[in-house]
Formats: sequence, structure tokens, C-alpha cells
Amino acid sequence: MLSVADIAALWLTCKVAGIATLLLLLLGTPLAWWLARTTSRWKGICNALVALPLVLPPTVLGFYLLVLMGPNGPIGRVTTELGVGTMPFTFAGLVVASVLYSLPFVVQPLQAAFAAVGEQPLEAAATLRASPLDTFFSVVVPLARPGFLSAAILSFAHTVGEFGLVLMVGGNIPGKTRVVSMQIYNHVEALEYDQAHWLAGGLLMFSFSVLLFMYSVLKTYPVAHPLK
Amino acid sequence: MMSPITARFALDYGKFQLEVDLQLPGTGITVLFGHSGSGKTTLLRCIAGLQQAAQGFLQINGQVWQDSERKVFLPTYKRSLGYVFQEANLFPHLTVAENLQFGLKRIAQKSAGVELSQILELLGIGHLLTRMPEHLSGGERQRVAIARALALKPEVLLMDEPLASLDFKRKQEILPFLSRLHQELSIPVLYVTHSQQEVAQLADHLIILAEGKILAEGPLSETLSRLDLPLAQDRQASTVWQAIIVGQDADYHLTHVAFDGGRLSLPTIDAPIGTSLRVQIFARDVSITLAEPTATSILNILPAAITGLTDDQAGHSVIRLQVGKQSLLAHITRKSALLLGLQIGMAVYVQIKGTSIVN
Repeated sequence: MLSVADIAALWLTCKVAGIATLLLLLLGTPLAWWLARTTSRWKGICNALVALPLVLPPTVLGFYLLVLMGPNGPIGRVTTELGVGTMPFTFAGLVVASVLYSLPFVVQPLQAAFAAVGEQPLEAAATLRASPLDTFFSVVVPLARPGFLSAAILSFAHTVGEFGLVLMVGGNIPGKTRVVSMQIYNHVEALEYDQAHWLAGGLLMFSFSVLLFMYSVLKTYPVAHPLK
Repeated sequence: MMSPITARFALDYGKFQLEVDLQLPGTGITVLFGHSGSGKTTLLRCIAGLQQAAQGFLQINGQVWQDSERKVFLPTYKRSLGYVFQEANLFPHLTVAENLQFGLKRIAQKSAGVELSQILELLGIGHLLTRMPEHLSGGERQRVAIARALALKPEVLLMDEPLASLDFKRKQEILPFLSRLHQELSIPVLYVTHSQQEVAQLADHLIILAEGKILAEGPLSETLSRLDLPLAQDRQASTVWQAIIVGQDADYHLTHVAFDGGRLSLPTIDAPIGTSLRVQIFARDVSITLAEPTATSILNILPAAITGLTDDQAGHSVIRLQVGKQSLLAHITRKSALLLGLQIGMAVYVQIKGTSIVN
């Protein structure tokens, strides 16, 4: 069964994924809103940047983060200056890396959901005295609800599944950065296949359930589109 | 004195340019009429503030909503207007009642309860309040959308082809409600349409747009009978008279109506004496005689004076006549016009073969 170290790894994974998802929803929502509506020439570049983590090996992302957040990197200098030290091999560093790693999994579903809402409900709301911010919360958010649900589930599940990035940025520090994927690796290294099976099987079940939910339950949600 | 609504706009989209300068009346229905691409919807969106690129000046009842020279632009949500879109555009996640409350919750005054129930009754939607928009028919949705706009007691009601997306039956279902609005509302309504039928039925004031410019504007019957406009040449050309029912003739199944300048006999209209109505007379149903005809099957024969004539170079003449104080159009062949020697100022008789009651 699961050891204390396994349970600590599971708890840490949930914490990282939970916090990263929360931050992603906060940061990703305005970004996705902007991307869904802008006609700026920067849109293409921003879309490409957001999608990068989908195709980039996590080690590449991790390597650059390590350099940027390290003692000699620009971010590292700022964090040192602020007296919080450097972020690699810390819980905070892991969260920051996870946010970047899972960014497309939040921005893309939200962007699609916002685009599906369209211009018409926004104009109707404006003619009914709702300010743009009011309209966002009273019209856009409810209409884009399936998009928010997809974004939250996908970013949580994807963060739980990260490995290469953790290896580069987080290291393998028990209780601090040793997440489930790391713990499985440790078990296999130590030839503890039984232990590895429990965790790996659990992760497999979790991921499958999440995807099953996405494709079967969310599919039947009323898709957000203005009534013709 | 300043007109209740002053609207000047200039908008340049390269291929399409809008350039208008309008003074509009503060009551009644002003119809913006034109073909698609004439700029009528764009003009309405400018007035609503939805077309932010437009430069210009807009003042409604003394309040400046836009003055580009002084960099004044009141955002749409701060303008006291009601807007009915071509497609009802109800919020799909809210019930009918919540849709109606959406705007009401956001305006300061709380005394709208009584008015709302009147509006519900006027539009016949009281029984739909708990429904979701997806479970309404197209006509019901559009009525809810009209109620939602009216509930705010706006200073101006803007309607963008509210019937265009409905089939004939649904149109007939809504038109009576619009006519009632017309009688019971004191706010000005700007109504965009490309349907001559809706013009005849609803307009008090008519503005004709073509390629982003105002082709003509004026009171309905005056504008309909202007010979210099394509409308008078159209096969569907007509004039609209305001009339009052003055008698019923049960034996012959006829209703007698009086207008400013005479009387007409119409097929029975089931309404009490004193009811006011609009009678539409198509130009193709009007013929002209020099002497008063005695042996004819046509009931409605009226003395008239010719006030204008033109021909389309294709064998048809359009004659403009004055009957009492009303204008009338007649479409006849050019040959007939020449044989009769029709000229401006001549006294003639018109025979009206058919009429239709538009409300």
C-alpha cells in the first residue's frame, strides 16, 4: 500500500496542481478574453507563445526557467533583491513553472468559449445598461461556464502529470518538490515495483476518469451560444 | 428651437460610407427604409453607440450622447435607449422574467412594477415568464425582446428589422402589437426595415437611405407620393391614408370610412364606429377618368386634382393626385396619360379598385 512518503507526495501534488489551477484561472481569464476579442497584430505571437508548452519538451521549458530564476538570471536577481531568495528547488518555483506549463490548457478552452459567446449578448447587455465589467460577470461567465470547467479540470490534470519540468526546476526534495510523478520514478529506481504500481495505477485511473468526465459529461452541457 | 433628436454621422469603411444629417421628431415611429447595404442598420447602431468608429454629433432630448469635436462619447450602457435586435438576442441562460429584469435591475428607479405588467399585457407574454428562451417560438422571443427594451422606459426605442427573421405568420402575430405600441407609447421609435408593408403599417415619418446617404425624409404620405423617389415608381408603390370608421352597411357587407377629403366604402371591417385606421391604396389599383363615371362597377370614385406626373421611359406613367388633403398615386400606361391629355392642375376623377386596411 501507500507509504507515508507516497501520501506526502500525493498531498504535495494536489497542492501544486490546485494552486497552479487557481492562479491560471485568475491570469488566464483576462488573457483568453483579450485573445478572443483583439484584432491586434500581436495576437498571432501571443497565441503561439501560449501554445508553446504544448509542443516544447518540458526539459527545455525547465532549463530556461532554471536559468531565468537562478541567482544570475533576471528573475532570480529580482527575487533575491526582494529578499525571498531564488525560486528553483522551492515550492513557489514549482508553482510558477506549473503555471507556465499548463497555460495553454486554461487559455485555449476559455478562448474558444469566449469566442462562442460572440458579440451579440455583449451588445444586448450594453443596451440594457450593463457596464463591460458587469456584462463579463453576469453574461459572459455564465455562458462560458463549460469552458471554465474544462479549463480548470485540464489544467489540474495536466499539472498532476508533469515530470520533466519538476525534474529541472523542482528537484526531488521530499515534502517540498517531490510530487507523485517523481515518487514513482524513485520507486522504480529503487526497484520497488509494488509501490510504483499503486501510484502509477492511481494516476492512470485519475487521468482516465477526468478525461471521461470531460468527453461524456461536459459534452452534454448546453453549449454556450447566443440564441438565433 | 432644437429638434428632439439631432443626428449627424460620418463613417468611412472605404467601400461603404455613411454620411447623414438628420432632425427627427420626438414622437411617433420614424422608419429608416432602404435596401440592404444602404446603411440603415449602421445608422441605428451609431445612435446606440454600438458603432464607435463613427464621427459625429448626437443629441436626444437635450442630452448630448456624442460630440466628436469635443471628444464626447457616452458609452451605450449609459444611454437611455431601448434596442430591439433583428434576432431577439435574449440571454439564453436566463428565464424570460430574468431577461426582463436584467435591465430593470440596473436602472435607478424602482417604480417600474406597474409599467412592466402593462407591457407584459400589451405584448401578451405574461404566461411565458418562467420559460427559458430556447423554449419560445421566434415570435414570442421577439415580443420578449421588445418588452425587455420597453421596460427601461427609454428616451428612444431603436428597432432593427425586428420582424425580418420571422416567417409571414409570425410577422402577422407581432405587427398588431407594434401598432398598439404606436398608439400607446409616447417615446420616439426609430424603426429599421426594408419592407414596404411595414412602412405602410407603422411609419409616421419616413427616411429613405441609399448608399449611406439620406435620399428623402418627411411625413409618411408626403414622402410616399414624391415622384422623384424610386418608391413611387415601384410596382408596390402606394399611399396611406388615415381614416375613421363612420358607418356599417350590413346589407352589402361594407364599412364606410371618412378621411380628410371624402369617404370610402370598404369590405366589412369588424370594428366599432369611430375606430381610426390606415388605408393603403396601391398605385396600380387607381385609374383616372376625365368625367365622373356613371356606369361602373367600381364603388370608390373621388374627385381629384393632378399635382404631378412623370414617366419611366418604359411605357408607364406615374400620376400624383390630390384628393381633399390627401395625396394619391396612380400608375397608368403612358399611352392613356397622353390620350387623356393629363396635365398638372387638371381636375379629374379617380377610381379606386381596391384598398387594404393596414391596421
